Amino acid sequence: MTQLKNLLRGIIVENPVLVLLLGTCPTLAKTNDVKTALGMGIAALLVLVCSNTVISVLRKVIPSNVRIPCFIVVIATFVTLVEMLMHAFIPSLYDSLGIFLSLIVVNCIILGRAEMYACKNGVLNSAVDGLGMGIGFTLALVCMATIREIFGLGTFFGLEIPFIKDYTLPILTQSAGGFFVFGLLIAIVNIFLNRTNKKPRQEFGCDGCPSAAGCTKTSCKTEGE
Amino acid sequence: MDFKTFVFILMTSVLVNNYVLTQFLGICPFLGVSKKLNQATGMGVAVIFVMVLATAATWPIQNLILVPLKLDYLQTILFILVIASLVQLVEMILKKFLPSLHASLGVYLPLITTNCAVLAVCKNSLTNESVASSAAPFVTALVYAFACGLGFLLAMVLFAGVRSVIEHSKPPRCFEGVPITLIAASIVALAFSGFGGIAENLFK
Repeated sequence: MTQLKNLLRGIIVENPVLVLLLGTCPTLAKTNDVKTALGMGIAALLVLVCSNTVISVLRKVIPSNVRIPCFIVVIATFVTLVEMLMHAFIPSLYDSLGIFLSLIVVNCIILGRAEMYACKNGVLNSAVDGLGMGIGFTLALVCMATIREIFGLGTFFGLEIPFIKDYTLPILTQSAGGFFVFGLLIAIVNIFLNRTNKKPRQEFGCDGCPSAAGCTKTSCKTEGE
Repeated sequence: MDFKTFVFILMTSVLVNNYVLTQFLGICPFLGVSKKLNQATGMGVAVIFVMVLATAATWPIQNLILVPLKLDYLQTILFILVIASLVQLVEMILKKFLPSLHASLGVYLPLITTNCAVLAVCKNSLTNESVASSAAPFVTALVYAFACGLGFLLAMVLFAGVRSVIEHSKPPRCFEGVPITLIAASIVALAFSGFGGIAENLFK
């Protein structure tokens, strides 16, 4: 039951993209169509689950002074693995993701979860947390790509939609449309947050960010040890 | 490298393929640190500095070490570690020898360590067409890095101006804060999409 709660937290309550406002670059850049967005989300999900698991296993071995470089090495290893596997087996997706595939390594969701969660919690909990956050990231990307693909290209997952394809707004698939749709989505999320009396984040960047402690050089306090 | 290539790289990277507004790299500092003009300028200058420095370090690593030894697959791991340690080193050096510069740029340096735009410049400078076809690829790569940083600075400064106007406006409640900033960014990006094709038509 607690595992289910743990999983759902990443998907809904603390959705990394729409509520915590992390990982904005791939969210804006790789949501032109649903296929690419799904590929981007799953690649990040794989890296997130693997790195969370390994970091959680090694959490008592890694000295806390050099933990950030250690985390980065673990994350970069899995990014390289995913990159090589995708190059070998799904070359079309590899080409459409381009540089953003290797940029997963600097995605703040992954380093943030390693620092905030995996270095303090058990292996199973960390893996489930990674899975939840990864699914949340994927869903947010797919949700945004759905809007941009349907109204921008008149297709969904590459299939044409009869009526809408005559009235497309190609601007939505360009960079301006990316910022616009993301702004609208966050505004919708803010409506729900305001209704439940939760304060939506007012700022991007490190100030109000829950993972800020993870990215800057504060010490990782190991709980329950 | 002749003057024409230099101007061509500058125009494509600053106006046409602006890193922030058309390629979505380095969005976090673009939206996070653009509230005040002086902060935005400081961040932009620091990014130019780190981009040129990081390219100067990673370009030889790739072409003199990784490629001859057929270790290209280590690129991502090695680059991110080199960039991170380089930024730390530069921060220490600035703190010790140039405290006044450290006071104005230093606070932004750790923020840029894991910035995706810096890693992207290092990787793109290896594959960029103008760099690959140039007679002096290393110098051209440095120019490319500088131009990308300049594009970032331009976007930051422009957007800081836009945001100072937003600060005094009153949008609907659900649009307050982040959403209205993103909508404003979309309008700035729209303006930049007007530059599409300008460099190709001027030079070819």
